[in-house]
Amino acid sequence: MKVGLFAPCYIDQFYPQAAVATLELLERLGCDVAYPRGQTCCGQPMANAGCAPAAEAAHRHVAACFEGFDYVVGPSGSCVLHLREHVEGAPDARYYELCQFLVEVLQVERLDAAFACRVGLHASCHGLRGLRLARASERQEPPFDYVAYLLDMVDGVERVPLDRPDECCGFGGMFAIEEEAVSVRMGADRLADHLRQRVEVITGTDMSCLMHLEGLIRRRNLPLRVLHVAEILNGSGEARNG
Amino acid sequence: MNDGARLAAADRSARVRHADRAARFVADAGQTDWHDAVLWRIRGKRDAAAGRVEGWERLRALASEIKEHTLSRLDEYLAAFEEAATANGAQVHWAADADAHNRIVRDVLRARGVRRVVKSKSMLTEECGLNPYLEARGFEVVDTDLGERIVQLREEPPSHLVAPAIHVRKEEIAALFHEKLGTPADADDPRLLAAAMREDLRARFLAADAAITGVNFAVASTGALVLVTNEGNADLGAHLAPAHIACMGIEKLIPKPEHLGVFLRLLARSATGQPLSVYTSYFCRPPPGRELHIVLVDNGRSRRLAQPDFRAALKCIRCGACLNTCPVYRRSGGHSYGATPSGPIGAILAPGMDMKRYASLPFASSLCGSCSDVCPVKIDIHAQLHRWRQVAAREGYVAWPKRWGMRVAGWIVRSPRRYRLAGRLARAWLRHAPRRLRYGSWNAWGRARELPRVPDRSFGEWYAAERGKK
Ligand code: SF4
Repeated sequence: MKVGLFAPCYIDQFYPQAAVATLELLERLGCDVAYPRGQTCCGQPMANAGCAPAAEAAHRHVAACFEGFDYVVGPSGSCVLHLREHVEGAPDARYYELCQFLVEVLQVERLDAAFACRVGLHASCHGLRGLRLARASERQEPPFDYVAYLLDMVDGVERVPLDRPDECCGFGGMFAIEEEAVSVRMGADRLADHLRQRVEVITGTDMSCLMHLEGLIRRRNLPLRVLHVAEILNGSGEARNG
Repeated sequence: MNDGARLAAADRSARVRHADRAARFVADAGQTDWHDAVLWRIRGKRDAAAGRVEGWERLRALASEIKEHTLSRLDEYLAAFEEAATANGAQVHWAADADAHNRIVRDVLRARGVRRVVKSKSMLTEECGLNPYLEARGFEVVDTDLGERIVQLREEPPSHLVAPAIHVRKEEIAALFHEKLGTPADADDPRLLAAAMREDLRARFLAADAAITGVNFAVASTGALVLVTNEGNADLGAHLAPAHIACMGIEKLIPKPEHLGVFLRLLARSATGQPLSVYTSYFCRPPPGRELHIVLVDNGRSRRLAQPDFRAALKCIRCGACLNTCPVYRRSGGHSYGATPSGPIGAILAPGMDMKRYASLPFASSLCGSCSDVCPVKIDIHAQLHRWRQVAAREGYVAWPKRWGMRVAGWIVRSPRRYRLAGRLARAWLRHAPRRLRYGSWNAWGRARELPRVPDRSFGEWYAAERGKK
């Protein structure tokens, strides 16, 4: 199975460890992974800003980068959703968010990783309601949660229930800047929930939400850390623990 | 015109800057806490009520399909409705826009020599600006829904679809009632306040010469109107007054009485978590000697019907669930949208009415999608927000720095070389620029948040170094 590693631009530039963990994890699970070196950005920021035409070249570029792969897997629900939903023409079903790929395609049942920590799971909206990585709390259907399912395979992870398990953190791309006041307030409310449950590490599928939360955590000196879920699932989170 | 009304009129012509209005609301942290908590509690009740209905998701799908079907043949259903309603003895009027609607109501009132009108909650008359229109022409219009009456006395628009005064605190209501109804200055017991209002309204109900109501559902095959309220004010108004004027948007139709079961099971549960509203009234024919007028209003609806990207918004049954669940609405308040309705549904309706005024609303969302998942008729609200953003940009309502910024970004990421260079520069700048530059006043992100700590190497650089030889 040939898997193309999709490392969204902000992960590539700011959070390379999430992409490294994704690569190592996929390799350990037996995938033949390659990282097409010419990739840049999926075009989501432009499209979400209302400037979809400015994203078209990016869409073509992504398509060219990943030609010939059976699957394209990335550690970002939001970017994957964009590539699935907002690219003109037929939707490309090869694009997968990491956790969805692990559960639906690789059907992972065991992981060899440890991470002793109280972990709060931030359910990023685009993964949750766009890719359906879990049952959203609005929906009246049997509960499931891919990310939680995977985290529970990691030794020592103590997953902590939250008061509002799937409320938006307020990142939202340009929203974080254009609606700064509301965005910050939404993020602060999420952090308060995690703090009430004495969470030590907030994790999730989308580093962008975590970047927003981390920005608040560091400014306010809160006793919390953020970690991309790939790092925990890969066991590389343990090395950076403490 | 009093000050409030003058302000409101001036306000109606200006552009709504949602972010500014929202920032003012959020600045009062206590108010935001409380507003968020109240609405979140309603969302919780909704979840519980929906969970008790077996096949809730199927019911939503069914409701959505019935509405889509009805919209696909709206012309036929409207004609059938008019015929049936006329046969029932109602008088049916057609209004192309808000102005026509207001004129029709005025003419009906004048023809009967009416001076005093009681109204029960109708978002449509709010949309058409009926109250100021009638008041300017000497009619006394009294809203009879408790929340609606509170915002009427405060001279402001409703902030929520089903709870128009949800933004007003108990103490503010006490002060308002003290001033307007003469309750004791320090009386803030909700029961006492409600009783005072009930007494005041009772006299107005008895004195009214006509009642105006909204409509929740209109049944095409029978010409009947269905109205739900929790206070019974629509019934009281319509049954006491010699004339009943029911105002409805043309999208309120459903084909047959049996479809009501689907919508009534969804509506109250979605709105408040009640299995049914306290009053569900079915108006068919006027009692002997009385008049029933039905005003069918287009006001942009047929235009929307012709827009495949946006027509689904016409399925809305005005339950308010998308407001209650919206993390932005809960923290920015209904007035931040400057539109009726407010919230997510307002943010996809308003730009279709007046893009110039409402271009900021599609951006007042993190696109979390909760609205679409909660909506009982499965309107793809968040997807429409995304599409309205494209329209706003195309029509020039996105500020040029952002438009150009996005173009430049698009140009950079077209080329891996430019992208890598831009990345290296950005990281170097974030690492080495003095803090006061990085956190200058231009940096809205950094007002309350730290910028990310940047790594030495990008992933691409790591890959080239560590895996490049493989
Ligand atoms: S859009 Fe849906 S959820 Fe929102 S008010 Fe209308 S019917 Fe209710």
